[in-house]
Amino acid sequence: MALLEQSDGRAATSRPAASADVIRTSGLTKRFRGGQLAVDNLDLTVPRGSVFGFLGPNGSGKTTTIRMLMGLIAPTAGVATVLGEPMPGAVSSVLPRVGALIEGPALYGFLSGRDNLARIDAADPTTDPRTRSRRVDEALDRVGLTAAAGKKARAYSLGMKQRLGLASALLRPRELLVLDEPTNGLDPQGMREIRALIREVAADGTTVFLSSHLLDEIEHVCTHAAVMAKGRLLVQGTVAELAARASGRLVVRTPDVALATEVLTDRQVTDLTSDEDRVSGTPLGEQELPKLCAALVEAGVRVHGFGVERGTLEDAFVALTGEGFDVAG
Amino acid sequence: MSLVETRPAAVVTVGASLSLFRSELGLTFRRARTITLLGILAALPVLIGVVIKSQTDGSGGGGGPAFIAQVTQNGLFLVFTSLAVTLPIFLPMTVGVVAGDSIAGEAASGTLRYLLVAPAGRTRLLAVKFAAGMTFCLAATLAVALSALATGAALFPLGQVTLLSGDTVGPGTALFRAVLIALVVAASLGGLVAIGLFVSTLTGSGIAAMATTVVLVITVQILDTFPQLHAIQPYLFTHHWLSFGDLLRQPIYWDNVLQNLGLQAVYVAVFGSAAWARFTSRDITA
Ligand SMILES: Nc1ncnc2c1ncn2[C@@H]1O[C@H](COP(=O)(O)OP(=O)(O)OP(=O)(O)O)[C@@H](O)[C@H]1O
Ligand SMILES: [Mg+2]
Repeated sequence: MALLEQSDGRAATSRPAASADVIRTSGLTKRFRGGQLAVDNLDLTVPRGSVFGFLGPNGSGKTTTIRMLMGLIAPTAGVATVLGEPMPGAVSSVLPRVGALIEGPALYGFLSGRDNLARIDAADPTTDPRTRSRRVDEALDRVGLTAAAGKKARAYSLGMKQRLGLASALLRPRELLVLDEPTNGLDPQGMREIRALIREVAADGTTVFLSSHLLDEIEHVCTHAAVMAKGRLLVQGTVAELAARASGRLVVRTPDVALATEVLTDRQVTDLTSDEDRVSGTPLGEQELPKLCAALVEAGVRVHGFGVERGTLEDAFVALTGEGFDVAG
Repeated sequence: MSLVETRPAAVVTVGASLSLFRSELGLTFRRARTITLLGILAALPVLIGVVIKSQTDGSGGGGGPAFIAQVTQNGLFLVFTSLAVTLPIFLPMTVGVVAGDSIAGEAASGTLRYLLVAPAGRTRLLAVKFAAGMTFCLAATLAVALSALATGAALFPLGQVTLLSGDTVGPGTALFRAVLIALVVAASLGGLVAIGLFVSTLTGSGIAAMATTVVLVITVQILDTFPQLHAIQPYLFTHHWLSFGDLLRQPIYWDNVLQNLGLQAVYVAVFGSAAWARFTSRDITA
């Protein structure tokens, strides 16, 4: 699947039939009262079966997009299609098939964790009340909350609340899970467990749409990703494609730093930086590497180490935006 | 663009709505606040009974409302007296708290978004909230009535009841009248539930919605006392509240009671529609 770039305008390749996409938006725009343009002309495509990372700095419009997808707020312009049906028009037939965690969990503090889940389950008109308590217990078990199930939710820690929120998204098998920053507030162990849970759910065939501002979280669990900034979509595609955009950096370890720099400059390696015993830079391409190595040796550079450091999603992001990962004004 | 669900879900049944209604009742009546309010309402008749008892034991008693003089002769009249005392302020205050908080409280805590993505359905949620509000009215009225009945039986004699019209009826008939009155009083609060629900859809703060609703009741009660506003007073939702006294006549004098219930129905229709229009088109950003 080819990379779609907003700045280039149209989609580069033709897509599979619409039913293969779990979420599709076109021209989706939200301007809040007061004029804040939170989401600007968003064309998003989430393929079925993917674990889709929705990335962006604070305030870039991730939650606003999710709220529109879930029919909580009406778009100012554009359309959103979820599971093949238009939102917010089809909420009653679409949402029973969707589990969601939106902008953190929200609980009834005076109810136990178990009763909180029973309440949310009762609100879904398509669930079977006879299987409710069994499904609630299973969901609690899945997020590791069984021991605290009878405790009042106001006595839960942030991480426990987050887990209970996840449990409510898992009350029944779903076609789509929408998780807005699901690992927020979790300890490292909890984060690992939630990531494992996401992989498990995805392996069962559920599409997972995951918003985050943690680049390495996305790199760990996602197959696809999209990057938002200031309400606009910068790029979407597979994680491998995105990471590949960050061209690897050539790193040469040598005591002959000055000589190596000279040789590499001659061979059009850009972005050169050097310190006591290493030189690094961006080569023209992979095919250049053997020639560069040969040239260094030929020039008498004592090469102690020669290799390419893989680009990370963060490098890709910086390359893409030319800026850091900070809040937009 | 409207957020109203355009197509009904295939499997939405009455049973499913009942399930949410049951959950809503559990939520309302397990809340410490609700229990406290009902407790206060139940304490008031005890207080009134004790005051009447101590007053009549001391002096010959003053000229209170029509029912109060009767209480000493028959404990059942404490039910009517207590309802007459609590209906203008205490009952509507508790109803204002519950109805005002119904949607706004869920919005403030964020649980509203999870109910809506469940998906509860905006229309269905509003209907269930209204039904739970009416159930609370009934519970509140019963809290007053039952507590008054128990207190009356403990402090005063029971037996033959002399109605306001002078006729005498047996305790069975009198008890039936008391039940009828409790139902009418609960229904009298229907307009207020709808108003509270509407206010509740306007804001994301439970406290603000509760306060607004309670202040509204008190303001309307005050307006109802200004002679200059004579022309509009029959249309105030509190105006006919005390007409339930007509149910203590023989034969029952229905005109004012029906007028009251009709007015409540109009308020429910108007503010219910307004709440629906607002809630189904509103952005849920909390
Ligand atoms: N109810 C609202 N009214 C007005 N502006 C809003 C509202 N909600 C969000 N915004 C604005 O819309 C923009 C996008 O907000 P949004 O919550 O979608 O960001 P986000 O990507 O989810 O950020 P974060 O990573 O911090 O959760 C922000 O500039 C925010 O100030
Ligand atoms: Mg957010």
